[in-house]
Amino acid sequence: MIPLEHVIGLSAILFVIGVAGVALRRNLIVVLMSIELMLNAVNLAFVGFNRLWPGTLDAPRLDGQVFVLMVITVAAAEVAVGLGIVISMFRNRDSVNLEDVSLLKW
Amino acid sequence: MNETHVLRWIVFLPLLAAIYHGLAIGLVRRSSDRRLVAVLSCGAVIGSFVLSCVALGKLVQIPRGPTRILFDDVYTWIGAGVSSTRFSAEFGFQLDPLSTVMILIVTFVGALIHIYSIGYMEDDHRDDKGFQRFFCYLNLFMFSMLVLVLADNVVLMFLGWEGVGLCSYLLIGFWYTDRHNAYCGSKAFIVNRIGDFAFLIGIFLLFSALAAAGSPVTTFREIAAAFDGIREATIAVPAWLPFGPEWPVVEVVAICFFIGACGKSAQLPLYVWLPDAMAGPTPVSALIHAATMVTAGVYMVCRFSFLYAAAPGASALVAWTGGLTALLAATIAIAQTDIKKVLAYSTVSQLGYMFLAAGCGGYSAAIFHLGTHAFFKALLFLGSGAVILAMHHEQDIRRMGGLKRLIPRTQWVFLIGVLAIAGFPGFSGFFSKDEILVWATQAPGGLWLYRIALGTAGLTAFYMVRLHCLTFLGEFRVAPNAREQVHEVGSVMLWPLYVLAFFSIFSGLFGFPQLWGDMLSVEKSDSLGRFLGPVLTAVEKHHLDHATELGMAGTAVAVAALGATLAWWLYVRRPELPERIAAALKGAHQLLVNKYYVDEIYDALIVRPLVAVSDRVLFRVVDAGIVDGAMVNGTARGVRALAAHGLKYAQSGFAQTYVFFMIAGAAAVVAYLVR
Repeated sequence: MIPLEHVIGLSAILFVIGVAGVALRRNLIVVLMSIELMLNAVNLAFVGFNRLWPGTLDAPRLDGQVFVLMVITVAAAEVAVGLGIVISMFRNRDSVNLEDVSLLKW
Repeated sequence: MNETHVLRWIVFLPLLAAIYHGLAIGLVRRSSDRRLVAVLSCGAVIGSFVLSCVALGKLVQIPRGPTRILFDDVYTWIGAGVSSTRFSAEFGFQLDPLSTVMILIVTFVGALIHIYSIGYMEDDHRDDKGFQRFFCYLNLFMFSMLVLVLADNVVLMFLGWEGVGLCSYLLIGFWYTDRHNAYCGSKAFIVNRIGDFAFLIGIFLLFSALAAAGSPVTTFREIAAAFDGIREATIAVPAWLPFGPEWPVVEVVAICFFIGACGKSAQLPLYVWLPDAMAGPTPVSALIHAATMVTAGVYMVCRFSFLYAAAPGASALVAWTGGLTALLAATIAIAQTDIKKVLAYSTVSQLGYMFLAAGCGGYSAAIFHLGTHAFFKALLFLGSGAVILAMHHEQDIRRMGGLKRLIPRTQWVFLIGVLAIAGFPGFSGFFSKDEILVWATQAPGGLWLYRIALGTAGLTAFYMVRLHCLTFLGEFRVAPNAREQVHEVGSVMLWPLYVLAFFSIFSGLFGFPQLWGDMLSVEKSDSLGRFLGPVLTAVEKHHLDHATELGMAGTAVAVAALGATLAWWLYVRRPELPERIAAALKGAHQLLVNKYYVDEIYDALIVRPLVAVSDRVLFRVVDAGIVDGAMVNGTARGVRALAAHGLKYAQSGFAQTYVFFMIAGAAAVVAYLVR
């Protein structure tokens, strides 16, 4: 069995990659993908912990797994909105570069 | 415990009427029908009087003694702490003989003055809601005054004490469109505040001393019971102060309370507001500034008789302040020409008399004079109101004269009031004044107090007869065309005068001194004194034999008769003489006319410096400069500058900068949590 440390470690690495992507990449689509990466890193952690505390045979614990389904649902909705914004932005600006949208400031 | 719910309704009836009037004026903004206002207000006060009689009936069924007392606890008003550090003030009332005498006087005289006011305010059309506003304040005053005298603890008493001050302010400035009236109202309020401050300090000191002695109590009965514990207590003060370095708590508290009484009851040096309080409508002068509110100080001293009996220094201060005030005010009254001002100074003088008695230990004599004075001074004020109304708001007695032929009924009742206050034998003032004169000899240095009191009695007779002669006798000094317009007032105003006149003559019988009782072979004739006996601390009185007492009474009558005859001779037989005397003694006369320049001295020494400091320093520098400028506007200006020159650059418009800050923040939180 893969020890929990490995699962958490992978999750953390994925999450940091996601954070770095959001903070550093200029392309909005890549930023959205990085957000997905962060969400999935969390999902991994959820299932990993669920495996650590599976409950008994009579009363199995499914909290972590259910949460993963929740997160996937939310992520799907979020991507739909995010891609909508990307398309709208592309139509208006001919660009999906984040540096081109900085009008809302002092 | 003798519980009864009557007491709360004595107090709340006038309050309910006041609330109704207040809602009608303030919320509905339409004044009610005048008949409804009159019936409601007078009905509430008459109801209070009836309930007071009922309460008296209940009280006298309890056998004489310290348990002769009725209670009514409405609710716990203020409560804090537990057991040994418990501070609680009930909204509770108690009726003992002293309160009974007070509520009977307050509600009875109050009811008569309410009825009189219907007539007096009838022709007042200066302000469309004036009639109802007037009765609203008057009812509110009755409520406050009844709280003051019925309160069973010193904190609730203070509530009533402040309430009557507020109503006094509202009613003095009742015709507030005249700036002078508004000024007089403010003056009364501010001068009273000085006294109230001392009173409050006294309450705090008394409570802290009691709490230190292990009995944190506020009700009068409990204070009296726990009083022995603080008899020897002292307060540490800086050694350079006189009588330092330790002052007895009892004396300090008694003096603080007395300063409060000085403000409320217009004694030296805080009497200056009362003459100006005459700016209010005349029924107000009669009710508040003669019969009831100004006597609150005397009541308070008598209520704390156990305290004053244990504080000889404070008692001497009370007696001497009273005596000097009586003399000073009487001399001022001699030269006044405004009919109400004469009566105002007379009131100050008579209040001084009461304090003189209370300071010498004659608490029941003080209350006796309080009662008789309430009747005859209310009568005199209402009589003067009838004159003022008859003369169409003319108050200068130099422009009256000879009114006897035009308004004979008013003249007769006024004359009764004059005789009562002058101490004509058989009238109420004669008996009560005699009692005070007897007590005046009791205090240390009493001979001088007695002489002062005697001199004041002579002066009182002089200025009251002068007032009567100038107003009603002699030749007619009204302008000829105004003569036909002088008319007797209506019966709604005359009947209260008749009733008050009756009591001005006969109320002396309540406290009929034993001296005269023995002559008429009446045992225990001083029923008021016997009734009050269990409540007031008895001060030992040197026994005077009957011959001495009779001699004193005779002397007093002789002095009063001398003053009265002199006034009559000067102002009726030889009316040209007073002016020649005034011209001959120009300096002294001017001094009296200008009331010893006390107002001017206060103005120069206190009011002007205070106003100057308030304006130049407190207003311009502290308020406008520091509070408004530096603190309020300064904060806003600083935040704006910070934002404009620095913080705004954080909003760069680049979404990823925000993300960076967000991550940094999250990282900081995590770092803090796993630290």
